[in-house]
Amino acid sequence: MTAKISEETKRILCKLKSEVGDVIGEELDLPLDCNVEQLTLICNTLLKQTEHIPYLFYVNDKEITNNLQNCIDPDALDTECVLDIIYHQQAVFRVRPVTRCTSSIPGHAEAVISISFSPDGQHLASGSGDTTVRFWDVNIQSPLHVCKGHNNWVLCIAWAPDSSKLASACKDGKLIIWDPQTGNQIGKIMHSHKQWITSLSWEPYHRNSECRFIASSSKDCDVRIWDIVLGTTVRIISGHLKSVTVVKWGGSGLLYTASQDRTVKVWRSKDGILCRTLEGHAHWVNSLALNTDYILRIGPFDPIKNTHKSITDKQQLQDWVFARYKNIVQVCGERLVSGSDDFTLFLWDPERDKKPLARLTGHQQLVNDVKFSPDGRVVASASFDKSIKLWDAKTGKFLTTLRGHVQAVYMVAFSADSRLMVSASSDSTLKLWNMKTKKLEIDLPGHADEVYAVDWSTDGARVASGGKDKVLKLWQH
Amino acid sequence: MPQNEYIERHRKLHGRRLDYEERKRKREAREPHKRAQTAKNLRGIKAKIFNKERRNEKIQMKKKIKAHEEKKIKKTTEKVSEGAVPVYLLDRDVQSRAKVLSNMIKQKRKEKAGKWDVPIPKVRAQADAEVLKVIKSGKSKRKAWKRMVTKVTFVGEGFTRKPPKFERFIRPMALRFKKAHVTHPELKATFHLPIIGVKKNPSSAMFTSLGVITKGTVIEVNISELGLVTQAGKVVWGKYAQVTNNPENDGCINAVLLV
Repeated sequence: MTAKISEETKRILCKLKSEVGDVIGEELDLPLDCNVEQLTLICNTLLKQTEHIPYLFYVNDKEITNNLQNCIDPDALDTECVLDIIYHQQAVFRVRPVTRCTSSIPGHAEAVISISFSPDGQHLASGSGDTTVRFWDVNIQSPLHVCKGHNNWVLCIAWAPDSSKLASACKDGKLIIWDPQTGNQIGKIMHSHKQWITSLSWEPYHRNSECRFIASSSKDCDVRIWDIVLGTTVRIISGHLKSVTVVKWGGSGLLYTASQDRTVKVWRSKDGILCRTLEGHAHWVNSLALNTDYILRIGPFDPIKNTHKSITDKQQLQDWVFARYKNIVQVCGERLVSGSDDFTLFLWDPERDKKPLARLTGHQQLVNDVKFSPDGRVVASASFDKSIKLWDAKTGKFLTTLRGHVQAVYMVAFSADSRLMVSASSDSTLKLWNMKTKKLEIDLPGHADEVYAVDWSTDGARVASGGKDKVLKLWQH
Repeated sequence: MPQNEYIERHRKLHGRRLDYEERKRKREAREPHKRAQTAKNLRGIKAKIFNKERRNEKIQMKKKIKAHEEKKIKKTTEKVSEGAVPVYLLDRDVQSRAKVLSNMIKQKRKEKAGKWDVPIPKVRAQADAEVLKVIKSGKSKRKAWKRMVTKVTFVGEGFTRKPPKFERFIRPMALRFKKAHVTHPELKATFHLPIIGVKKNPSSAMFTSLGVITKGTVIEVNISELGLVTQAGKVVWGKYAQVTNNPENDGCINAVLLV
């Protein structure tokens, strides 16, 4: 690598560490002007990677942008000690930034409230104020099925992890399961919530590959777990004093619920026992995000390997999914972040502790949406103060603020490789942000009114958005 | 003048006439016939007044009947309300915001032509003599080249007066305005907004350049506090409005936003 080094070049002893703390190889004597490409080469060789995998390197939580010298403070440098360089593996694939609106499909007669791509990225569904759920063909970009069954606004939709079903819930408190292939209703209408349903969450694939159970949270302070085969409530989880805003089914069999009664509660899903109550917020808790969200969402699919095609045995597939889940969790367990009306976010370790790991302050208005990046390293929070803030997912340290929207930001969505993020706002635009430079990559105007929902397909190919102007827009590279 | 409620007193003491109820019923039964007779015979202004009253009465009656009927009907199906919002906005009272849906190209084209679909299409032309008052100057008041504007004007922020010798038009301080009451036709709300400029006074181009504001004048107002956004996601800050009153008479400017 270094054929000839001039005598003035300073050298330093380094060792490469993974995020978990495993040291690879021996201590290395590196020149100070060694750059990222060279480090990547060393890393790939030491880890015996067959293909070239990109890495990011950090020294004392500071990213090495061009070479080692630039990120080390020369005064504080102790040449006697061994310098720890922490490497982060990045996604092998790259999602290309979406740049144009390939189609805007009318069809809904009212505002589009919810949008979701299926875990395999082949289907797209949207729920609207005109009481219908619509399926769209993403390849020819046209309407596929119109599903009528609800009598009120379809507030939330959720795909089963194996992409075989879609659950939709409406303002009357009804829950309906749809078949994406035919657009027909599966089973009967499940109706026992007394008020509207605020969110839905399927049981993770690695716990049950049948995709039979779904949790729904409602304004009537209850969370219900449904058996969609029998069409009945398996369990009613009550304990919140006010409207439950979000429910998340974690990978370790815990249910996380956030409520307007200022608490986040952790329940065991198999018997509905309250494990712990996470207190700290001073106002409504609006949103929750898990660092395993992405991995739980895509279930048995994978944007690169497409393993579900080669493995047909369900048990084998489930094991593979579990292994992948474990891989994510081993770093720091299942992390939870909650965003609230009190302008702050809390970072929790809900499996072990009821004390927050960090309190993330800085927003000047309520936090409407939080998301973990798919690799679980960054947290993005969208707020009504027109900004998006990025936080380090491990420590809760503030990274940067993304400004550019001129009105409240409603929602954010990450690309599958965590290198890009798209945000939807009340100012009728989408904006695409680069997570490496932490800058605005591209502005995506086109909607005629507020954008309520946005989703990035799991394979990264396209973005779908919908809003008050009733059209559904697809964006592509 | 009666000194006391003597009729009531008598009624309390002795009761009503025995045939009171019957007479009352008959009188009431005769009432429609009587009214029909008057309606038939009345002529001229009296007929007009009578018919108007009768019409109003009938409207009230019908409304009352309808209200009673509605009370009886049980509501079976609740209609889906319009203006669907996502879950995260359900518990928040977000104020309705009329968006600028007309696109910018259309607006540019209109601007070029200098024509707008305005709420007051026909405006009375203001004669020069009406707007401008001749001011005599000179030692013996022989010169008459100075004019004073007798209507409300808008004078820009950076305006400096010329020396009196060159100042042909005087715009009195008392008639200068900086703000207007602008009504948003869709929101049905009125805002007190700063004026940016006078876009067009239909009477004459000279009035436009002088900043004279009369009824029907199109003015540009600063609407940034309304929070309207263009399709490209930029905040709209200047928008046109047409003056709907006679500001020189009222002492304020009322205008309607042109959407």
